[in-house]
Amino acid sequence: MKLAKLLTTAAVAAGLFAGPASAEDMRIALVVKALGIGFFEAAAKGAEEAASELGDVEIIYTGPTDTTAEGQIEVINALIAQQVDAIAVSANDTDALVPTLKKAMQRGITVISWDSGVAEDGRQAHLNPSSNALIGNMIVKLAADELPEGGDVAVLSATTTSTNQNIWIEEMTKVLPNYPGINVVGTVYGDDLADKSYREAQGLMQSYPDLDAIIAPTSVGIVAAAQAVVDAGKVGEVNVTGLGLPSEMAGAIESGASKSFAIWNPIDLGYSATMMAYHLAKGDVEAAPGAEIEIGRMGTITLDETGSAAMADPFVYDESNIDDFKSIF
Amino acid sequence: MSLAETTSAPEARARGPVPDRLRAPWEAKLKSWESLLLVVAIGIFILNSFASPYFLNAWNLSDATFNFTEKAMIAFAMALLIIAGEIDLSVASIIALASTAMGLVMEAGFGTPAIVATGLVTGLLCGAFNGVLVTRLGLPSIVVTIGTMSLFRGISYIVLGDGAFRGYPSDFAFFGQGYAFWVISVELVIFAVLAVIYGVVLHRTNFGRAVYAIGNNPTGALFSGIRVARVKMILFLLTGLMSGVAAVCLTSRLGSTRPSIASGMELEVVTMVVLGGVNILGGSGSIPGVVIAAFVMGLVTFGLGLLNVPGIVMSIFIGLLLIGVIALPRLWAKFRGRA
Repeated sequence: MKLAKLLTTAAVAAGLFAGPASAEDMRIALVVKALGIGFFEAAAKGAEEAASELGDVEIIYTGPTDTTAEGQIEVINALIAQQVDAIAVSANDTDALVPTLKKAMQRGITVISWDSGVAEDGRQAHLNPSSNALIGNMIVKLAADELPEGGDVAVLSATTTSTNQNIWIEEMTKVLPNYPGINVVGTVYGDDLADKSYREAQGLMQSYPDLDAIIAPTSVGIVAAAQAVVDAGKVGEVNVTGLGLPSEMAGAIESGASKSFAIWNPIDLGYSATMMAYHLAKGDVEAAPGAEIEIGRMGTITLDETGSAAMADPFVYDESNIDDFKSIF
Repeated sequence: MSLAETTSAPEARARGPVPDRLRAPWEAKLKSWESLLLVVAIGIFILNSFASPYFLNAWNLSDATFNFTEKAMIAFAMALLIIAGEIDLSVASIIALASTAMGLVMEAGFGTPAIVATGLVTGLLCGAFNGVLVTRLGLPSIVVTIGTMSLFRGISYIVLGDGAFRGYPSDFAFFGQGYAFWVISVELVIFAVLAVIYGVVLHRTNFGRAVYAIGNNPTGALFSGIRVARVKMILFLLTGLMSGVAAVCLTSRLGSTRPSIASGMELEVVTMVVLGGVNILGGSGSIPGVVIAAFVMGLVTFGLGLLNVPGIVMSIFIGLLLIGVIALPRLWAKFRGRA
């Protein structure tokens, strides 16, 4: 017991000395929805790229095991405890993270959200990979381009509570009148699980025998749907499109199950989020509506009245460029 | 603090009523389990202090307690239920349903007292539903609660869909974000009070004795005059009620309700109970064990979080800890038996 006491005292002493010594570099935490997802691993690469460009930045890439708000709160609590300089989070839940992130801001930490946003009072600024309207338009355009005569399309989404997917589907519905003949027959949810998405895609093909396209605005769903189309022998009949990762979609493009799909570049996104967090934490710019933030090689972004900014247009991948990108992310 | 804990646990056991144990070696084994856990907890605490300069900070440790307080509240009732040979896997779904009901009441314009009451009553009703199916219809609890696990959360999804309840009154934040004094959060106080209550109920009352008896031999217990069905019903009600309490705390802490709230929490609760030395087959276990297990799990998650260890590694660590803590006493007993 005496030993334990002694060790604890030693640890306290070590803590006192270790604290200020490591405060040289700016520490920016990139908090993702869950670890082990290709998209976020690529974003982390971009963050590292920004860090080496800036020089005095250390990136902490972290996130929970499952895509839960509770898991992210535990991670964020640990980051607050470490007194990081900035937290850039892709949120699993718009609202649930707000109290914890408010606490982070009260303790002097710069908080931004990127990719999947946090409610306005839970962050200083938000970086959208693209604008929701452009994405909503893009996913239906990709399907419509292959259907000049019109046809039936269905949506395979992630979970019913996914912030991103719900907004995109909403935006897609808004621009549907611009695509005459395109008829959305239904929306199903694969929960971003490969097996469930696969079954839901199978179900769609059974429920709607005349289905022409499946739009999956999720990187898990689109791969599962393409596989379901191949397994059902419906390549050429049902076109799978939406948002996916080139590395995971290369096979589907090759087999013809998917003619084309879109995604922004996650490397650019991680890069831009890091740049944004850096300049805000450094005090170069104030996070206010109309503020212009330099984000390195990606140019300049402007915050709108909700404190959000859009990075760029989504990028279309098809058989002409898939080989160049499949090894990147 | 650690000194007090090491001495008080075995003392309490020595003074306690012996009749609920059959043989002395049985008790000795149990004693070693809790001491082993305590050693693990202290070890983790010391390791963490060395590993991260941010660990020994009152506010940081206070934040860390939120990693386990809500789960532990349910774990106390779950411990009793598992000791009695039953299980409730629907607890996380009860949280979702209770939280949804609370959101509906909030939307209807009621204040904090009504919201809290709704959460607790919903929990009780869910517990009653499980209890009736198990005790009256004689269905196995694992099957019943796997069913209600989908049922309760399903209702939340029907009510909320992809929406969320937000805008809880500001005084409602007291439960999950409030502090009783200094760094001691309201949740930590609730946790401590419940720990004492459940400790007394299980280790110092006839009811607690009955719980052990049922777990060891339900038929024997019945013929000894214990109203087995009634005791089990009460345990299901308690588990439901504790899920309601956890729902109030978690909803207050998140400040919002989504149907995906607390998903997967049931397994963490069961892990906590088993790590605390409760026999998953029923018949033995203690509340001090569960309390220490709660701290162990909280300290491990927070300590590894401070080192920015990926969550996947944390799950592996918790899994190994679980297997290790359960296997060690058995291996030790085997080794000693051979020597």
